[in-house]
Amino acid sequence: MITAILVMAGIAIVLGLTLGYAAIRFKVEGDPLVEKIDAILPQTQCGQCGFPGCKPYAEAIANGEADINQCPPGGEEGVRKLADLLGREFKPLSEEHGVEKPKSVAVIDEQVCIGCTLCIQACPVDAIVGAAKQMHTVVEPLCTGCELCVAPCPVDCIAMVPLAETVHTWKWKYPVVEMRRVA
Amino acid sequence: MLRELFRFHGGVKPATNKSASTTSPIAKAPIPARLVVPLHQSLGSPAIALVEPGQRVLKGERIGAAGGRLSAAIHAPTSGVVRAVEPALVPHASGLREPAVIIESDGEDRWAEPEHINYRITPPDEVRDFVRDAGVVGLGGAVFPTHQKMRPGSGGKTRTLVLNGAECEPFITCDDMLMRERADGIVSGAAILRHMLQAEEVLIGIEDNKPEAIAAMRQAVAAAGEHMEVVAVPTRYPAGGAKQLIRVLTGIEVPHGERSTDYGVQCFNVGTAYSVHEALELGRPLVSRIVTVAGNVERPGNYEVLIGTPMDELVRLCGPRADTRFLVMGGPMMGVRMPAFDVPVVKATNCVLAADDKLFPPAPPEQPCIRCTECAKACPVELQPFELYWFSRSKNFGKAQEYHLFDCIECGCCAYVCPSHIPLVDYYRFSKGEIWAREREKAAADQARERFEFRNFRQEREKAEKAAKLAAKAAETRAKLAEAGTAEAPAAAEAPAAEDPKKALIAAALARAKAQKAEIQPQNTDNLSPQTQAEIADIETRRKALEAAAVPASTAPAPQAADAADLPDEPRP
Repeated sequence: MITAILVMAGIAIVLGLTLGYAAIRFKVEGDPLVEKIDAILPQTQCGQCGFPGCKPYAEAIANGEADINQCPPGGEEGVRKLADLLGREFKPLSEEHGVEKPKSVAVIDEQVCIGCTLCIQACPVDAIVGAAKQMHTVVEPLCTGCELCVAPCPVDCIAMVPLAETVHTWKWKYPVVEMRRVA
Repeated sequence: MLRELFRFHGGVKPATNKSASTTSPIAKAPIPARLVVPLHQSLGSPAIALVEPGQRVLKGERIGAAGGRLSAAIHAPTSGVVRAVEPALVPHASGLREPAVIIESDGEDRWAEPEHINYRITPPDEVRDFVRDAGVVGLGGAVFPTHQKMRPGSGGKTRTLVLNGAECEPFITCDDMLMRERADGIVSGAAILRHMLQAEEVLIGIEDNKPEAIAAMRQAVAAAGEHMEVVAVPTRYPAGGAKQLIRVLTGIEVPHGERSTDYGVQCFNVGTAYSVHEALELGRPLVSRIVTVAGNVERPGNYEVLIGTPMDELVRLCGPRADTRFLVMGGPMMGVRMPAFDVPVVKATNCVLAADDKLFPPAPPEQPCIRCTECAKACPVELQPFELYWFSRSKNFGKAQEYHLFDCIECGCCAYVCPSHIPLVDYYRFSKGEIWAREREKAAADQARERFEFRNFRQEREKAEKAAKLAAKAAETRAKLAEAGTAEAPAAAEAPAAEDPKKALIAAALARAKAQKAEIQPQNTDNLSPQTQAEIADIETRRKALEAAAVPASTAPAPQAADAADLPDEPRP
């Protein structure tokens, strides 16, 4: 009887120590779920979801504070991926957060720009270059199309231009099976 | 000596249809009135235009510089005037426009002064740069910049240099005719490549359905006294694939994700070798190539065509039949349908097929896959085409990649043997495009995340720096005050000695302020004409008077302040 108790207690102590050590030694920094959600989000940092950036939105989803259908740039496909990851039901994009648009980039009309730097301060990814009273311009490959620079512009010289398809970005279409209508 | 040959897996034997276009020698296609030379004609980055509209160019003049490490130059195919540098329709399945140099030829076809280089005594890097600037790219169809391949493998040596003259695709005979007529040039180019690669042996692989080409090449090798071996390989599509030919000639099977250079083998097309010869021996950049015109035409044949020649003008030389529906660039197995008849011939154009309903019948309806595995038996890369098809069809791209979708060379063997007429290659192309697009998106998202995080970090840092600066300043003032305070405390006891530092501090501050005042005082009243100075003096006296009047009656100070502000000699903050 005593031996059995001692053995069980001994095992419990050993396992407890091992687990305790492992918890410290292999501690994971941050929430791995947040990282996974963040990897699905499109990183436009546009704030249309109501959170200041994609990471905060990912945290909110992980904590159950936000729904998975608040990201218009991610589109339906993004919602589908999030639903898959979190084991939730797919739902269409919520309309109050905006609609899915084709990928666009901001273009500054350089003739009109007065060099106020407001758009530079608004850009979440530092994709606008320029200085006070100097013309500004958008570095196109870095622009995420978040539209955050459009509103602050006092002279309305920023337009969102949809990205045109080039030979480089063109994709072969899904092979279409032709169906012939019978009578 | 009889060489032991190896076998690659699968392959098919379609009707070759090559005899019709080899009956007459290579003819020179006439110079067209207008040439469209796309800037993007090699794998990698497009060339950067060097010419402007209105500029006169000579044949062989560089009109586009290599736009990066993996890129090659482009040249004016004939002498004439640059009309525009603008997007033009390119021979691509998308039917989209890409920047191109449009040249109006003057018909003189005058060469620019050729540049020469002796590759035997020039450092290899300079030879490679020369080849890049001569615009030489792989002419087998992949247009890989040749200079990037002209370097020895690991250990400064290459074991085997393979020249690819297999030309396995039906209808195409441009390499065959080139070998028959210009074997000397090819052998000379092979010698240059051997020198650059430090290769031990040179194997020239030619399919055994081209006995004339094999004989011509053997003769040229013997005449040049070179030690190269011309090997006849069995005719089986796709024996002309680089990895397949290497397998047949050397027995080396290049594994997934590795390159043949890792195994000491480098492979060039015979046409590329000829271009290397032209560039380094004759100083002529790549401005033309041999193109087979076949299919639904009266007189199929091979032509030496200037890059940029519209395809319809080329096809017209061969008498296209009236029921030609569209043009195909490349052969019937791997070729792509052109979006229009007037797209230009580019460096990748080895063949132009006029297509009619007989040659390219409308695709029969796709039947369900019956899992017969004929495709797996035919696949030269030993993939499982049916699995790839199911994954592509269900858009399960991750799984398709797991099954090595990107090892697929799109040779079309699987679709050729499929009894259900499934356009398998179309599915693979679709999958590849989607995966590439996703990778681009992913890379862009990662970059955006990184930049966003850095921006947040920078803002935090700036805030912290500002706070630290303020704190430091406050501490400094406090320290000064404390110092003054400690000086003050014993002041009662030893008054004159302790008072000195404090007084000195105040005196110094006063002196500084005075100096500053003197510096800023009436800058804009200096260097003025006597007339203006008189005016100023006048105003000054008026102001004095006003001030004098205002001091006792301080009821209306505002207008005076405004007045004062308007005066020119008031220094403003």
